[in-house]
Amino acid sequence: MTLPLFEAGGDPGPNFAELLRSTGLVPPVPDVPAADTAIAHATTVVAIRCLQGVVMAGDRRATAGHLISHRTIEKVFPADHYSGVAIAGAAGPAMEMVRLFQLQLEHYEKVEGKALSLDGKANQLGMMVRNNLPAAMQGFAVVPLFAGYDTNREVGRLFQYDVTGGRYEEREYAVGGSGSLHAGTVIKLGYQPDADADEMIDLAVSALFRTAEEDSATGGPDLVRGIYPVVAVIGADGFQRVADADVEARFRALLASLENRGGDSQ
Amino acid sequence: MTMPFYVAPEQLMKDRADFARKGIARGRALTALSVRDGILICAENRSNTLRKVSEIYDRIAFAGVGRYNEFDQLRIAGVRHADLKGYTYSRDDVDARSLANQYAQVLGQTFTHEMKPMEVEILVAEVSTEPDGDQMFHVLYDGTVNDESGYTVLGGEADSIAERLGQTYDRDWEVGDAVQAAAAALSGDERTLEADDLEVAILVRETGRRAFQRIEGDELAGLLG
Repeated sequence: MTLPLFEAGGDPGPNFAELLRSTGLVPPVPDVPAADTAIAHATTVVAIRCLQGVVMAGDRRATAGHLISHRTIEKVFPADHYSGVAIAGAAGPAMEMVRLFQLQLEHYEKVEGKALSLDGKANQLGMMVRNNLPAAMQGFAVVPLFAGYDTNREVGRLFQYDVTGGRYEEREYAVGGSGSLHAGTVIKLGYQPDADADEMIDLAVSALFRTAEEDSATGGPDLVRGIYPVVAVIGADGFQRVADADVEARFRALLASLENRGGDSQ
Repeated sequence: MTMPFYVAPEQLMKDRADFARKGIARGRALTALSVRDGILICAENRSNTLRKVSEIYDRIAFAGVGRYNEFDQLRIAGVRHADLKGYTYSRDDVDARSLANQYAQVLGQTFTHEMKPMEVEILVAEVSTEPDGDQMFHVLYDGTVNDESGYTVLGGEADSIAERLGQTYDRDWEVGDAVQAAAAALSGDERTLEADDLEVAILVRETGRRAFQRIEGDELAGLLG
């Protein structure tokens, strides 16, 4: 691997994707429709605004057709220090997109000596989703959620995307993936503006639990194997993943409250 | 038909080396020290925006003296090299030694083949979990690579600064001791360097993924005492 030096006119600047193109490392677009092959799909993810910033959560299940292909995949990732990305859709391209996105943000920060603004990061991700459109048309759609703490405005913000790269900023909460209908309803009913992160973590946990009951592609808490959804809070002190033990305690409390009511969840 | 004058290769190389050395000696020096808390890099730099010391990768830093546009071009090429390598293979496969060799190739090639050699000296440092594992590669304008241990000085008056630093250097220093010693060595006896005159960064030994941290403003002033 030689040192990548460019002439002044052909320099890719701080753009990592452009650098990959100029060095010929971009992965090819699949030209076989996904319908013929059972590929892993990542499912439900949620993001909720709170007083401290944003709470993000995602279940751990990946499905391939009607089968569960993975029990422990992760769908919520730190994008950089002050932002996180959650993915739903074809798991392989989605993981690759997250990896490229994380690299792009870090690469920009190192080359320019300064991190991108939150809007800049959100636009970058939109561009990556749009570039994935030919693959999405073959059935490899990736639909991320992006959330972060805006250090200029000192608030948490969140963004939703569609397969064409459309970027939509949401004011309260955003959901993605197969269980988004159920998760969205639970959050809509429980959401309070400027609520504490602690309450919104409980809301996210409850939304994932309720969704797992209704949507076969969403995994609930696995008390036997000790597998719980990934939950993270993004605030002024950056992306902080909530410890598994904490998430477990919240699920056990939720289950206990349902038992006391005689298991009403029909 | 005119014939070019014959210049002996020895003379040609000497002229080029003198030219590069003069350019480098005009700039202000920087020093890097491997101490208990990590690798501290301290540069005399009055600008807050044009950096001499920067992050390359998780545990690798870059520092350059001489012509800004030339070493900045090398810095960016280093970031690209590291990020591409980490993307192609894995983050663990990116190391300072291979990067220093790449720099040496480019500098050596430019020194012998281009109109003008690069007027830069650069440092590639990689921090390890133990002080013994720290690596510091000092690459000269002609592509010569020196593997340094303990401390190293780049730029104008490097010898006298290294001598001053050598009298006090102790690898068990904490950050504060190292910053003070580096500032004193860079300034010499006749003047003192304030926080505004210095650019300081450290590759922290005990940390998460990205070890590079700048020490600036009040924090730096506090350490200088």
